[in-house]
Amino acid sequence: MTTGGTTGGPLIRLRGVFKVYGSGDSEVRALDGVDLTIERGEFVAVMGPSGSGKSTCMNVLGCLDRPTEGAYYFRGVNLAGTTLDKLALIRRHYLGFVFQGFNLLARTTALENVELPLVYRGLPASERRKLAIKALADVGLQGRELHTPAELSGGQQQRVAIARAMVTDPSLLLADEPTGNLDSSRKLEIMQLLRTLNQERDITIVVVTHERDVANFASRTVTFRDGRIEKDERGAAA
Amino acid sequence: MFASTLVMALREIRRNMLRSVLTTLGIVIGVGAVIMLVTLGQGATEKVTADVAKMGVNMLTVVPGAERRGGASVGAAALTIEDARAIKNQLPSVATVAPSAGRGMLVVYANQNWSTTVTGATNDYFTVRDLKLDAGRVFNEIESQGGTPACILGPTVQKHLFGQQEPLGAALRVGQIACRVIGVTQAKGQNTFGMDQDDFVIIPLATFQRRILGSHDVGAISLSATSDAAIPKVKEQLALLMRERRKLPVGAPDDFSVRDMKEISDTLSSVTGALTALLGAVAAVSLVVGGIGIMNIMLVSVTERTREIGIRLAIGARAHEVLLQFLVEAVMLSLFGGIIGMVLGLAGSYAAGRALNFPFRVMPEIVVIAFAFSFVVGVAFGFFPARRAARLNPIDALRHE
Repeated sequence: MTTGGTTGGPLIRLRGVFKVYGSGDSEVRALDGVDLTIERGEFVAVMGPSGSGKSTCMNVLGCLDRPTEGAYYFRGVNLAGTTLDKLALIRRHYLGFVFQGFNLLARTTALENVELPLVYRGLPASERRKLAIKALADVGLQGRELHTPAELSGGQQQRVAIARAMVTDPSLLLADEPTGNLDSSRKLEIMQLLRTLNQERDITIVVVTHERDVANFASRTVTFRDGRIEKDERGAAA
Repeated sequence: MFASTLVMALREIRRNMLRSVLTTLGIVIGVGAVIMLVTLGQGATEKVTADVAKMGVNMLTVVPGAERRGGASVGAAALTIEDARAIKNQLPSVATVAPSAGRGMLVVYANQNWSTTVTGATNDYFTVRDLKLDAGRVFNEIESQGGTPACILGPTVQKHLFGQQEPLGAALRVGQIACRVIGVTQAKGQNTFGMDQDDFVIIPLATFQRRILGSHDVGAISLSATSDAAIPKVKEQLALLMRERRKLPVGAPDDFSVRDMKEISDTLSSVTGALTALLGAVAAVSLVVGGIGIMNIMLVSVTERTREIGIRLAIGARAHEVLLQFLVEAVMLSLFGGIIGMVLGLAGSYAAGRALNFPFRVMPEIVVIAFAFSFVVGVAFGFFPARRAARLNPIDALRHE
């Protein structure tokens, strides 16, 4: 690994992070000086109304987007000014994503979707297959390996996406409105699945949501308003 | 790394079959159309050129009457056998002189008859006109001087009068003359203007003059120059000689004309040259259209592919890895389409050439240009939008709608 980093200390530290779109009069501050520290093993819900900066914050945490200003320490290493290519390697080795719109490859089987991150890690085909089958079984999708996204329900597609995120055993799982496209019973299933992963595999999870009952699964809730952190509450998971 | 990229690219091609087929089709049409058009054009050009050569290229023909639009010649004195002799004796660059006369007549064999052109000619006529015998012989001394009547048939006449029967030695009635068939010429087929060049009967000029014409006139004098290069000089000298022999005062217009096969052949060459240029232009247009087709399908899939790139980047692909995959995909589709297009274009032009009776002449440079152009367009438009997408922040690629 070229990014170095340590095993001690907090997993994530944001210091004075700004994300500004446009300039002059049309300037929009999606993040307006955010300080945030997340320890290993935490299950954090990020809440806030639309446009409060919660998704932008998650994209910065996930190295999908780069802050305009400020320091982002991931595993103790400041990522400011890091190239896109280095960020890709951080995603490859430490991060897993779950999106509201699933973002699975169309016309591609569940198994191949889950195998994809392993392809980029350079694992041999037989091992990829073995790990992907296990990951799909972990999210309760045995027997659906050869189904394409179009042949799966929304809840099942999101499970495939979670299996894809978990198959590399990431340090951090980022979920952006993972239940936004699902009905309430599927919503609970997905959130319970995430909580199990957090508790049994000690994976740090950040979930962005605007729904209180979803946030209640987390052990900590960070609320954004106008690009700033308004509240940061810790409490036992519901 | 490269092997797994190759596998991934192949998988993507198979997975997105419709898109792959459409992309390939665009390239197939681009390459195939160009190759077919140019190959056919080249074949047509060669056919015309060959046809002209068959008419005898370094041949000049003198006919009485001034050259006019429509070819009418009124009131001019006929040419005579003496004119032919004078040309032969006085012009050094003339190789062969063949005076001839012709008339449309009915020829009869047994219960078959056929209306054809009967030409009175000497043996030199065969040389000048580049006529070769398929069977039999040319006229002997006695026949040439107007003795025993003999005739030589064109293949069309032979076919219509004799069918499968042996023509040599048969007695044929040409007008009032009964003559023996002594030869049959080789087929020349149709000329460029669609005229049958095999529909004639040749009898000795002396016989024709005595028994049909009743005079020593000749209808035309054909002559061949010693070389292509000598033709303009021969033409000039010929005109002077003819004016002198026909006693035309200075300033009076010619009452004869000299037809130059070379001129006709040059005209035809420039026509076929124009044809080839036109076909080249059509080919260029179809290449551009094919290119735009390729471009379209590549660009249309960019939206979907931009999100795919975003997904791949998000789950840990590096930009150059994604790009390599897209490049391999574009190269494979373009290569595949180019090869199919090449095969179809060549096969199509071969079939069409057979049907139209054109020779099959492949221009390798056109094949290469068509292939290379489509390949470059296919790869460029598969690759550059992908490169743009791969250079975005992953979140922007993911959000692309």
